[in-house]
Amino acid sequence: MNRINKLFDKKDNILSIYFTAGYPSLNDTNYIIKTLDECGVDMIEVGMPFSDPIADGPVIQNSNNIAIENGISISLLFNQLSQIRTFTQIPITLMGYLNPIYQYGYDNFINKLITCGIDGVIIPDLPLSDYKKHFKSSFNKYNLSYISLVSPNTSEERIKEIDSISKGFIYVVSSSSITGKKSEFSKNQIEYFKKINKLNLSNPTIIGFGISDKKTFNSACKYSNGAIIGSSFINSISSVKLNESIIQFVSNIK
Amino acid sequence: MKYNVNDKGFYGDFGGAYIPEMLYSNIDELNKNYLSIIEEDSFSKKFNYYLKKYVGRPTPLYYAKRLSEKYNSKIYLKREDLCHTGAHKINNTIGQILLAKELNKKKIIAETGAGQHGVATATVCALMGMKCVIYMGEVDIERQRPNVERMKILGAEIRPAISGSKTLKDATNEAMRHWINNPDDTHYIIGSVVGPHPYPDMVARFQSVISEEVLYQLDEVEDRNYPDYILACVGGGSNAAGIFYHYLDNKKVKLIGIEAGGMGIETKKSAATTTLGNKGILHGSKTLLMQDKNGQVTEPYSISAGLDYPGIGPLHAHLFDSKRGKYISVDDNDAMNAGLELSRLEGIIPAIETAHAFAVFDRLEIKNRVVVVNLSGRGDKDLETYIKWGKY
Repeated sequence: MNRINKLFDKKDNILSIYFTAGYPSLNDTNYIIKTLDECGVDMIEVGMPFSDPIADGPVIQNSNNIAIENGISISLLFNQLSQIRTFTQIPITLMGYLNPIYQYGYDNFINKLITCGIDGVIIPDLPLSDYKKHFKSSFNKYNLSYISLVSPNTSEERIKEIDSISKGFIYVVSSSSITGKKSEFSKNQIEYFKKINKLNLSNPTIIGFGISDKKTFNSACKYSNGAIIGSSFINSISSVKLNESIIQFVSNIK
Repeated sequence: MKYNVNDKGFYGDFGGAYIPEMLYSNIDELNKNYLSIIEEDSFSKKFNYYLKKYVGRPTPLYYAKRLSEKYNSKIYLKREDLCHTGAHKINNTIGQILLAKELNKKKIIAETGAGQHGVATATVCALMGMKCVIYMGEVDIERQRPNVERMKILGAEIRPAISGSKTLKDATNEAMRHWINNPDDTHYIIGSVVGPHPYPDMVARFQSVISEEVLYQLDEVEDRNYPDYILACVGGGSNAAGIFYHYLDNKKVKLIGIEAGGMGIETKKSAATTTLGNKGILHGSKTLLMQDKNGQVTEPYSISAGLDYPGIGPLHAHLFDSKRGKYISVDDNDAMNAGLELSRLEGIIPAIETAHAFAVFDRLEIKNRVVVVNLSGRGDKDLETYIKWGKY
């Protein structure tokens, strides 16, 4: 069991926060992780910026661009994360598009996940077949979580296939949309969440995309083991009052 | 060696479908249906009807006498510039909108760089009475004004892409995001042989009518159905894919793709992907890509908006990698001069994209050889660029 599995074993209503590495300032990564941990957030998703994030809305696009201008890269991010386990045991996943990982080298990437103590990855444009070919055996050996997305258009058969190779949790995309769209859940969305629950998957689920405040967080928790907030968090943090803005944001949710 | 796509959607090491889950069902639907639909008799009947009666096919294979004399060669021009809307792009949009109707889609989206694919998409949407949204980079909207107005006259809605370099790459990102947000009733007409499988193959098949015609047209005048050289400009590479298609396995034919060198490859203000790029993943496929050492896609530059793309179709990446095709870059200056030369020698003002393909005769051993150049588009949309360039 890694930190993700342990967390889901003992807790429900998991609050996971996404932020973009290198944003608002290049070296904020560890400070943001530490502050989120101290505020009582349960899990953290660290975004590895990409120039062309096609599943992301304007807020995360913008944080990606600024982070790249600030000089972030995967190798710098791993330098930043190298001492992370000396001060926090919060479960951490890395989220990013495939091309920067491909350039960094799959084996290098996996080695750094292990040495830094990262628990899992979310790579939205990695096909299952490529995961099986390049990642799966190391992920199993080193107990890393491969977290895959499902969306309202994912067939039942495919959800089951995804469940069978995922280890950690299933990332349930709340609606057919890119990140950062805010709205309350519709009847159709709730039907979709219920449908997934009925499948009795072996992995727990977390709802993401469109979760922006206490209300949407709480309703997501009704139909899953927790929720991920990204764009709304990015929007609320301020580089001049980083500490206060993070504390303020989390206290508004919890 | 196999040059065309395999059953997994790859060309050698290149291609595939690297897409987020939210697009999986759309791509899967296309993948499961495109071949059976395209190969149906009733579909090809309709497709051929529109190509003949609406687009104006077959386009002539014209012997360019004065150009041939100048280069001591036999140069034929495949006149895609004479297609309705002024470029080869409409071959693909007719095919894809008929396919979209078969799949019961109600709305169409597309990306465009120079505006030729946008115009061709807006045109077929008007023809079929379908709602049309075109994404175009803000920079391209400025430099291709006439095409923007043409799309609006045709009833399309133009949405500016304001992220990144504000050109074709970013328009493609925005179109993909739109599709993620509207997966059920919308078909995305990609304009080149790029994107996740099956797009590169589907677009190449619709464009393959170009080389299908060259086969018999050349036979009529040369007593053989293949040339020694085929030349075509390459951005994503759809016109090149179309004219290479039926010659991929005929090794007697040298396939030459001409990329936009921009201000010169050493300046980095360039779009010469095979020279400056390496393997990477963008817009759903593994291909050659211009990028920095961290895998961030770099901003290409070319005087022609249609070649201003940091990637290349996976078919071309494979042809380059396997050395079946040769890819040459031509800078802005040489392309503009070649465009002016074709205007004066043959009375044809080419699109600036196309002009690149006319700038390499001196760099190839074409003496007394049979050469076919794909004249992929006409230059009406580029008049402003020609005027600014001057020197005529």
